Amino acid sequence: MLDLLQRLFGRENPSKDVAKERLRMVLVHDRASVAPHVWEALKTDLIRVISGYLDIDEGSMDVQLQTDKDSVALVASIPVRRVKRPADPAQGVM
Amino acid sequence: MGEVIVITSGKGGVGKTTTSANLGAALASLGKSVVLIDADIGLRNLDVVMGLENRIVYHLVDVVDGYCRLSQALIKDKRFDNLCLLPAAQTKDKTAVTPDQMRQLCKDLKPDFDFVLIDSPAGIEQGFKNAVAGADRALIVATPEVSSVRDADRIIGLLEAQSMPAPRLIVNRIRPAMVRRGDMMDISDILDILAIDLLGVVPDDESIVVSTNRGEPAALAATSRAGQAYRNIARRLLGEEVPFLSLDDNPGLLSRIKRLFGNAR
Repeated sequence: MLDLLQRLFGRENPSKDVAKERLRMVLVHDRASVAPHVWEALKTDLIRVISGYLDIDEGSMDVQLQTDKDSVALVASIPVRRVKRPADPAQGVM
Repeated sequence: MGEVIVITSGKGGVGKTTTSANLGAALASLGKSVVLIDADIGLRNLDVVMGLENRIVYHLVDVVDGYCRLSQALIKDKRFDNLCLLPAAQTKDKTAVTPDQMRQLCKDLKPDFDFVLIDSPAGIEQGFKNAVAGADRALIVATPEVSSVRDADRIIGLLEAQSMPAPRLIVNRIRPAMVRRGDMMDISDILDILAIDLLGVVPDDESIVVSTNRGEPAALAATSRAGQAYRNIARRLLGEEVPFLSLDDNPGLLSRIKRLFGNAR
C-alpha cells in the first residue's frame, strides 16, 4: 500500500527518513560540544604533557573541534619553539 | 522507602505535565501512594491538569522557605486518598528554590510515599537542575519530531552527569497513520538515535484534550487509548511486563489498527 502511494504521488524517500538523517547529523555536532571549563582543562593538560617534550608557544596555540559531515576531530596547531632533548639533564623529561 | 522519579524532556509542550498527572493517577489506581511535585515554578499547570486548582493554599516555595509544614501544602486528590499534589508557586521564579532544597524535600517525602513524581519544567537551566536534584531516576518524554528528539538527546547527556541509572523513554503523541505513511519517525527510529530503554508509547489522542479540559486524568477513563497507554506504563514502573503497542511489523491495515487500539492491554 505504501509503495502504491509512493508511486502514485511520485515521492522520493519518506519524510521520516529525512528527519532521521537530519537528526543524525545535528547530533554529531551537538554531542561534540564541550563545556567551556572542560575545554580549558583539556588545553591545560595538553600544554602540560607536550611541554615535557617540546618548548611550545602557548600564546599562539589553537585547539578546536572540527566537525565534518559525520565525524568530529580534535585539531591542534601548536607552534614549537624548540625540541627539548631527552638527554638534556637540565631539562629532563617529565 | 519510596522512589523519586523526575519526568523531563528538554523541549516544552511534549507532554511532561500530562504524563506526570496520568502516571500519578494510574499508579494511585493500582494502589500505590503517590505524591506529584510540580517543579515548574512560575508556570504551574499540574494543578489544573489534575483538576485541583481550587484547593491550593500553600505551595512548594512556601514549604522550602518554612512558611508552612510540608503536610499543609500537600493537596489530596479528589479521586484517590493515596494521591497528593505539591503545587508550584505561580508568582515566584525558578531561582526561588535551590537543588539542595529540592534534595531535602524529596528526602522528606520518600518515607511517606511509594512514588514521588516530579514534573520538570522545560529547558536545561535552574528549573531543570532543581527538578532532577533529588531524583533517583528519570523518565524522558519525547514526541516523534526532530526538535523533541534532539532536546531529549541533550537531556540524556546532562543526566549522565548525575549519579542515577540511565533514563527511560516515553514516546508521546505517536500517530500510527503517519508512521505507516512514512511521515513520522517510528519507535525504532527514535530508539536508534537515543539509545535508551523504552518505557512506553502513548498515541496521539483527542481524549487527552477532553480530559485536560475537565481536569480528569485520561488514565482513569476506561475508553481512552492514551489512558490505556499510561496505565501500561504505570504497570511497567511496578516491574510488570506489559507488551508495547506495536507499530513495527506489517500486517493488514485493519488488523493493525485493531491491535493497536482495540486490545492493547
